[in-house]
Amino acid sequence: MIDLQNVAYSYGGGELLSDISFKLAPGSFHFLTGPSGSGKTTFLKLCYAELLPTGGNIHIFDRDVRSLSRDDVATVRRRIGVVHQDCAFLDHLSLAENVALPLMVAGMDPHPDDLHDLLGWVGLRSHAGALPPQLSGGERQRAALARAVIMSPDVVLADEPTGNLDWEMSMRLLTLLIELNRMGKTVLIATHDLNLIRSAKAQVAARVLRIQNRRLQLAGADL
Amino acid sequence: MKRLLHVLQLGETPADRIVPPSGYTARLTTFTAAAMAFLAVFALAMSLAAGRLADRWETALAQSATIRLAAPEDQLGAQTAAVLEVLRTTPGVTHSRVIPPEEQRALLEPWFGPDLPVETLPLPQLVEVVGDRYDPEGLRLRLAAEAPGAIFDDHTRWRRPLVSAAHRLRLLGATSILLIAGAVAAMITLAAGAALSANAQVIRVLRLVGARDAFIGQAFVRRFTLRALAGAAMGTAAGMLGIFILPAADEAGGFLTGLGFQGWHWLWPLLIPPLAAAVGFVATRAAAARALRELK
Repeated sequence: MIDLQNVAYSYGGGELLSDISFKLAPGSFHFLTGPSGSGKTTFLKLCYAELLPTGGNIHIFDRDVRSLSRDDVATVRRRIGVVHQDCAFLDHLSLAENVALPLMVAGMDPHPDDLHDLLGWVGLRSHAGALPPQLSGGERQRAALARAVIMSPDVVLADEPTGNLDWEMSMRLLTLLIELNRMGKTVLIATHDLNLIRSAKAQVAARVLRIQNRRLQLAGADL
Repeated sequence: MKRLLHVLQLGETPADRIVPPSGYTARLTTFTAAAMAFLAVFALAMSLAAGRLADRWETALAQSATIRLAAPEDQLGAQTAAVLEVLRTTPGVTHSRVIPPEEQRALLEPWFGPDLPVETLPLPQLVEVVGDRYDPEGLRLRLAAEAPGAIFDDHTRWRRPLVSAAHRLRLLGATSILLIAGAVAAMITLAAGAALSANAQVIRVLRLVGARDAFIGQAFVRRFTLRALAGAAMGTAAGMLGIFILPAADEAGGFLTGLGFQGWHWLWPLLIPPLAAAVGFVATRAAAARALRELK
């Protein structure tokens, strides 16, 4: 699905990622960890073509990212659901409209029942009409997850999805991501929260990757 | 054109919802379009009036000419009769007459006052010639042979600069309209660019969820095109009302009282709102394409 071959990424004269090779297999569940500033977010951005590598090659759904036009990138993004730590929304639209945004931009009409079910799945049915600024951090994260999966993407990438949440809310979100994986979705979560990773490993066959010294490694049993 | 009509479709489109409610840039666009359309109506009126003036001067002056006859008093009567005979037998001359002394006095009155004893002055005898399609050069030669003291003046010397001035005035009006369209385009480009920059976060979110640039651009293009159309419609209506209440042109009317639309010319200003919308459409599309290219 997403294939990185000897990928490097440099920014401001310094190399942030170096010689990274990795294949995200369909239906897999991965954690990506590493210290703050190690390049986890950059790695994810490379995976959804927000950034282009400065070295090596990336293929997303068998297409070289360098050959993608802007419209192609938009098409690729419809198959990749992204959950950001800051989970930006359009503040003038209701929660339901924000969640349905990927459908709207793709020219599709959200089915009210499906939208209702999706909001119920993330526990936000009663907040459908609320504006994003009226939501708590946990509610925003769950709304971002709902928005990320409404197009039934093949891959879900989450960047520190529990960064601002308490433990209970973090576990709730993790449970939702594990459910998605059980539905056949490929999940990659960037986090520095080792407790979250340990909790997930008890429930799902998750592999843990670590970025250290600009390189990607498979984390061992120390987790 | 098809895209412009698509943009102007009635009712709210999905793309309309994604752009936050209008900021000052959109209101500024409406105001600018209204002001420019108002000015365009007057520029159009001036252009059309100048065109009419040019045509009128050209036609009226082309149909009349004057013969000045300066001859010794004992020959004046014979030469006047010779001139009238030449005119009578010249094809294309429909009418000719000797201008009587009282009429000559009236012509001189603005310069010398009413008490001028015209009969004591050595004034030439004037003969008015009315007609068209006659050969002025042929007439001039015949007059030189039959009445050596006659000077034929077909008014070309001062008619040409007047007509030329009127044509230039019409050109200036058309240039003004083009400049106004350019100013509208520049203003809308700036406003659309500012709106796109102000909504960088919205654009980032839309791109994240798979929006194509055409979809994002359409929302802004439609908003600014409709604003330009609405503003121009208001400005045009106000301008047409202003022209309508101007004093009507009459016999004594000069250029200013003739400033207006006549007959089907009233339809011309109705083209201004769709033209403003087209200018807004093109300007916003270009601005959106550029801004979306630059926004990472």
